[in-house]
Amino acid sequence: MGQAEPVSNGSSTPLLCMRGIHKRFPGVHALKDVDLELHPGECLALLGENGAGKSTLIKMLGGAHVPDEGVIELNGDPVRIDGPQDALAAGLAVIYQEFNLVPWLSARENIFLGQEPSCVCILPAKRERKKAQELLEQLGSGIDPETLCRDLTVAEQQIVEIAKALATDARILIMDEPSAALSPREVEGLFKVIEGLKASGIGIIYISHRLDEIFTVADRVTFLRDGTHVDTRPIVDLTREAMIELMVGRTIDQEYPKEVAEIGDVRLACQGMNRGAKVRNVTLSIRRGEILGLTGLVGSGRTETVRLLFGADKPESGIIKLDGKTLHLRSPRDAISAGICLLTEDRKAQGLVLGQTILENFGLPNLKSFSRYNWIDRGRERSSMVDHGKKLQIKMTGPDQVAATLSGGNQQKVVLAKWLERNAEVLLFDEPTRGIDVGAKYEIYQLMNRLAAQGKAILMISSELPEVLGMSDRIVVMHEGQVKGEIADVPNATQQDIMKIAVG
Amino acid sequence: MNSNWKKLLSEYGTILVLILLGTGFSVVTMEEQWPANANAAQDLVQDLSTNHGKGTNALVLVRQGGEGGTFAKALESELKASGLNVLETAVTQPAGARKALVTIAESDTPLAVIAADRHMANFCKEQLPKLAIKYPLLAKAKVYTPASYKWPNFLKKANLLNIMKQISVVAIIAIGMTMIIITAGIDLSVGSLVAFSGVVTALAIQSVGGDAPTTTHLFIGVATGILACGLVGMFTGGMVTMFGIPAFIVTLGVMFVARGMSFILAESSPIPVQNPGFGWLGRGEGLLGLPNSVLLMALLFALAHLLMTRTTIGRYVYAVGGNPEAARLSGVPVRWVLVFVYTLCGILAGLGGVMEASLHVTGDPKAGNMLELQVIAAVVVGGTSLAGGQGRIFGTLIGALIIGVIRNGMNLTGVEAHMQSVVYGVVILIAVLVDQLKAKVK
Repeated sequence: MGQAEPVSNGSSTPLLCMRGIHKRFPGVHALKDVDLELHPGECLALLGENGAGKSTLIKMLGGAHVPDEGVIELNGDPVRIDGPQDALAAGLAVIYQEFNLVPWLSARENIFLGQEPSCVCILPAKRERKKAQELLEQLGSGIDPETLCRDLTVAEQQIVEIAKALATDARILIMDEPSAALSPREVEGLFKVIEGLKASGIGIIYISHRLDEIFTVADRVTFLRDGTHVDTRPIVDLTREAMIELMVGRTIDQEYPKEVAEIGDVRLACQGMNRGAKVRNVTLSIRRGEILGLTGLVGSGRTETVRLLFGADKPESGIIKLDGKTLHLRSPRDAISAGICLLTEDRKAQGLVLGQTILENFGLPNLKSFSRYNWIDRGRERSSMVDHGKKLQIKMTGPDQVAATLSGGNQQKVVLAKWLERNAEVLLFDEPTRGIDVGAKYEIYQLMNRLAAQGKAILMISSELPEVLGMSDRIVVMHEGQVKGEIADVPNATQQDIMKIAVG
Repeated sequence: MNSNWKKLLSEYGTILVLILLGTGFSVVTMEEQWPANANAAQDLVQDLSTNHGKGTNALVLVRQGGEGGTFAKALESELKASGLNVLETAVTQPAGARKALVTIAESDTPLAVIAADRHMANFCKEQLPKLAIKYPLLAKAKVYTPASYKWPNFLKKANLLNIMKQISVVAIIAIGMTMIIITAGIDLSVGSLVAFSGVVTALAIQSVGGDAPTTTHLFIGVATGILACGLVGMFTGGMVTMFGIPAFIVTLGVMFVARGMSFILAESSPIPVQNPGFGWLGRGEGLLGLPNSVLLMALLFALAHLLMTRTTIGRYVYAVGGNPEAARLSGVPVRWVLVFVYTLCGILAGLGGVMEASLHVTGDPKAGNMLELQVIAAVVVGGTSLAGGQGRIFGTLIGALIIGVIRNGMNLTGVEAHMQSVVYGVVILIAVLVDQLKAKVK
């Protein structure tokens, strides 16, 4: 282990070579003797579970971390990357999962941010505009370069991020989950761009949890597990099962372990919900023991609908009923006490108080049950957290670890833990497995099965069609704020069936 | 290892700063101390009774003023208890001391022991040989004075208590300010509320009690003053939550309104309270000889610490400051929490105003001028982040102590006022710098 075998012909010097990389954080040995090699014109996929060390590794290339030991070579010459400017100068561009766009600047200004010619005071707006337009068109997008970034959808912002990286004339492009926020059509556009970049000799490191994409786009795959380099293999030698096994270190028989629970009466129902352009006359119902898949393109109003059901936004009109009784939700607090919970799409901005500990996050919606006269029984709270931590296999140093320092999958599990403790009857899951590795996804699916078997009602928003098809009892498809269709016979449905409805 | 040190320094850095300041000022203010208290009297008499038996004639000589009277009494009773014959106890000036010595000498009484304080011992050293020429009887008299020792003026009990008394008002209001800053807000109105509360309290006492208010009337007045400030705080919280106006702006407005209202209500002059009992809180002493204001401060800090660490509302305050949206989506009543912290801060500012008024037994519309800045400085120096979500109640107490110690130390060493202002500013800047470094370590 720990030895990268160069697979491509020995004649070409690798574009990028990392050897014997170590990185230690307080209490964690995040990377142990990791090797990586990238050749010109190739797309190398970096695979591993959350917390395997992928993010740490690419942050080194972006200049956010410096390795404790080991060498980074570009075209055979050792380099030191101490900051983002060094990375740019070396021809490395990283597109991080978290967007680094300035909301009050236009797409064009964001694309060229930090690249303004230093000697001229008047920025060459015209030339920039033309180049921005070209870059965006190359990415198959029709965004007006003068739109402010705050007015762009998440998917459009992702496109701008990629354009920004391309604008630096980078020789090496690193993409961290670039497709997570994109719709299937946009993902296809992205792949075309990647093909074009490869043809022009640019090396790409691609990180994704969507294995289908890896097969489409990658030439070789490097696997990381627990901070060590497990193996590097050409994509042609790999099967889906082998990939999962190398990532997780064990075999997973089935990706979607769907079990059908006994489906009963309608629990949560809404009628004629309206709010702006995003939610138009939406009527939905979720039954006892059912997993309802809610899908559609990004921006079709799924999240906005669910926020209304949770009382996070006020509907302009519409009725929400739980077990036949009308609910008047003035705030999420009302929804929570009625037994509804929401796992938000954006766990960092909405799901967790990142600066606080796991325990404090876990306790937040449950303090009433852990306290008497507002006095918190900290022992009970802690032991309950530890219980959930064991059940959900949360990788943490302890309940007092700060939430921000957890990996994405473990953060999601903390959010899950707080709602499980709450014992909510209706669970609204918005992209529950986004950015989460295969192993953790599997655990979340099993958890959903268990909850359905207990008679809970589950609504799952997802953009990943295989997941929607694999886990739902019934599928509702939205388009431009409206419910466009329903698929009741899920086992015999295909991705094409869903896409046909989703595109309108 | 290196990061461990950094962590330690960032968590407990403020305590370290406090200790360093205390040590520094102790070294600088080290001086010869001459004790003049009951203990010193006991030691002195014990010492001299080994040389002199029962029935020996003794004279007590102590300079008038300060602790003189009590020290003289202590000496007299100790001497009598040891069986000595106290001829006279003179608490007096040098002239009186000479007279007392002459009187004894002229009455032909042999004098063996003079128990004196530092000043009179010096007097005897100079004058006794001269007097002995004329009155040989005095030649045998031996002068005893308590042993001196080196001790810093800064570390004297009275001085330390004085520091605590001086910071008590700022520290108590800083409790409320800490909670507000943890929710990522600010309250600039607390200084004006101190004046407002004092004026309202004094006026209320005057209107219910007239010229001779009873204790009940005092309580009614105090409750009125604190309640009024609580309502102002609630109004601030309402403006912040319902209309989404930044707290900085709302409280800036309230600051001007409250200050102006104080002057209007008081008709621009301080309102005296006609019952000395009103001074109990600000000037009185209670348990263990500690000032009441210091005891109240300790009690409130203990309660606030428990509130912030052990109760639901404390958790909510941190969550609202850390991520208001995530808090709301977790069922935290965000608006209610904000109204609560602003109301509590108003109430504490009202209490601070009462303490300030009690200290002077007067409701003064000029009170608490620029106090809000001292309060904010105490909170920031104590390590609470202005970005919200982080901060500790005891950190604020340390912050207030640091500021109090600096002021006291500079006064003891005679640093002039403008220089003191420069030092405060530098301390605040350093505190913010430490805050930034802390964020980096995390």
